[in-house]
Amino acid sequence: MLESYLRNRLKKKDILLMTHLVLGYPSMEDSFRIIETMVEAGVDLMELQIPFSEPVADGPVILHANQMALERGATVKQAFELAEKVVKNFDIPFLIMTYYNILFKYGVPRFVSEMAKKGIKGSIVPDLPPEEGEEYFNAMEEHSLSSILIFSPTTTLDRMQYLAGFAGGFVYCVARKGVTGSSTDFSEELAGYLSMCRNTTNLPIALGFGVKEKKDVDFLTQKADIAVIGTQTIKVIEKDGIDAAGDFIRRLR
Amino acid sequence: MVESRYYGQYGGSYLPEILVSTFDQLVTAFKEAKNDPAFWEEYEQIMSSYSCRPTPLTFAGNLTEYFGGARIYIKREDLNHTGAHKANNVMGQGLLVKRMGKKRVIAETGAGQHGVATATMAAKFGFKCTIYMGEVDIARQRPNVFWMERLGAEVVPVTDGTRILKDAINEAFRDWVTNMDDTHYVLGTACGPHPYPEMVSYFQSIIGREAKKQIIKSEGKLPERIYACVGGGSNALGIFSSFLDDSVELVGVEAGGDGLNTGRHAARLASKDGTVGIAQGFKTYFLQNSDGQMQETHSVAAGLDYVGVSPILSLLKEEGRVRFESATDREVLDALSLTLKKEGLVPALESAHAFAQAFKEVPNLSRDDIILINQSGRGDKDIFTIADAFKDPDWQKFIQQKAEEYRA
Ligand SMILES: Cc1ncc(COP(=O)(O)O)c(C=O)c1O
Repeated sequence: MLESYLRNRLKKKDILLMTHLVLGYPSMEDSFRIIETMVEAGVDLMELQIPFSEPVADGPVILHANQMALERGATVKQAFELAEKVVKNFDIPFLIMTYYNILFKYGVPRFVSEMAKKGIKGSIVPDLPPEEGEEYFNAMEEHSLSSILIFSPTTTLDRMQYLAGFAGGFVYCVARKGVTGSSTDFSEELAGYLSMCRNTTNLPIALGFGVKEKKDVDFLTQKADIAVIGTQTIKVIEKDGIDAAGDFIRRLR
Repeated sequence: MVESRYYGQYGGSYLPEILVSTFDQLVTAFKEAKNDPAFWEEYEQIMSSYSCRPTPLTFAGNLTEYFGGARIYIKREDLNHTGAHKANNVMGQGLLVKRMGKKRVIAETGAGQHGVATATMAAKFGFKCTIYMGEVDIARQRPNVFWMERLGAEVVPVTDGTRILKDAINEAFRDWVTNMDDTHYVLGTACGPHPYPEMVSYFQSIIGREAKKQIIKSEGKLPERIYACVGGGSNALGIFSSFLDDSVELVGVEAGGDGLNTGRHAARLASKDGTVGIAQGFKTYFLQNSDGQMQETHSVAAGLDYVGVSPILSLLKEEGRVRFESATDREVLDALSLTLKKEGLVPALESAHAFAQAFKEVPNLSRDDIILINQSGRGDKDIFTIADAFKDPDWQKFIQQKAEEYRA
């Protein structure tokens, strides 16, 4: 179970790191090497994004990575093959992140059972509110996979409680309005929001959007259980290559 | 709660969490407005004093004679202020923005008509305005970019993806998830998450309400068929909605591009290439590959060049209530040319799709029959595209001279 893994891990570390990457960017082979580098650098779990042509919740950097992956021919089949390979090779939990059309076209139950077969622990589908997701949530439950739900700063207390009823593994708290990649103000206001998130769920909480350096991770320690690093690792790799990603992660905590 | 609405299996509200509360507010505001008779009155009032409603229904005597079939009537949405039916939706949403107390509007645009209409509404109501437009569309609809900027709007070129309408919609959503507190997204067609399909068709229903009265008044009976072009579906739903319960055949005409068998088209419902999917917040027919990646579309008409289609039309297709056809770029230019010469009317390239299909069918109808074509907009904006298609030598010379002047 994802939750108990996280709890155990939290006994040894003050805060966990989850990194993100777009499968197939810059290529499937590079994606494998990036994952290997990140695991060696000590990340605690990873979110693998299957590229989609219309990633509306993503900012320019991840959007570009999605497009390049697709232009270079990335397919859902290849993404699953890579997922299977990394699950076999590395001993941390892997999650799939993608938009709902990818599941829908594959067949939702079939997609979920494929994740289970490959050893994926859960998934994040940012454009699927529970109200539209009966088929998905049923399938996830049937296969004992964790449905990672998202809280945002515009989510009301009532709704957080409603969402918590569907959530598994941990809750992904989005730091601010906007898309991935812009900068976040690590402020008292954010701390207040995190404590509201904390009070509405018993699951561990992750904070993502705009986490890019040690200072941010330090700020989040004690306030959140997991820091999520997305755009920044793509930027580091684009600028300094895959090996630089390892150093970057080691310096975060 | 995310309030969702389905049309058969199509529609829904596939929202990122960050937008849930914004949609809550919008759904509530729209419901209240719809239940307030004074709102529709205010809407009709502004459409008659600021735009040109009711728009006329024109009998096309020369085209009727030319084809020798049914009597052809044309609903003149081109006579709206800003030159297209887009004004109907935009003014309606503008009134709603005032009710919600927001101060800024954003919109996507393909042909630029929706962008110009939104920029105009923003100028009138005193809102700030940002328009997202694909780079490809900016190049083919430059005059509209000029007008949007003159009207005080900021036009942001979209350089991602296929750089056309769907990509502009994505960018508008990205703006909205950041600025929803003071900003309303004026979506231009009957697509997107609930309540947009319902709301946009509601405002556009003014077309059909008028057309029905007008045709009864001039002919004493209903038409045999009604033709409308289909991009996202708003002008088509606008005119169809008043005739759904009548025995009138409704024909939606999609962009056939280079032809349905070439793969270069935007016919989601008229071709076999469209399949059901979920993107941009709603479920409908999309032109996508087997993995669910959206495909490139093609049409001479920027406003029809879109991968998805209104969920309401997907249901009407499934029910067999609306017949879907397509017209190729070539057929569209011929229809446009004929309409100009015979009637002195200038349909937009989008609207000319409806004309093209009607012209294919009208000779086979009886002289006692009536058909109605929705002229969704006027073609002035298309002057560059049309001049290119006709390879007009004098126009080219003029442009070259103009370029020389600017260079000097
Ligand atoms: C003149 C005109 N007609 C039709 C359309 C297509 O939109 P819809 O199908 O929503 O009417 C457009 C869109 O830009 C347009 O400008």
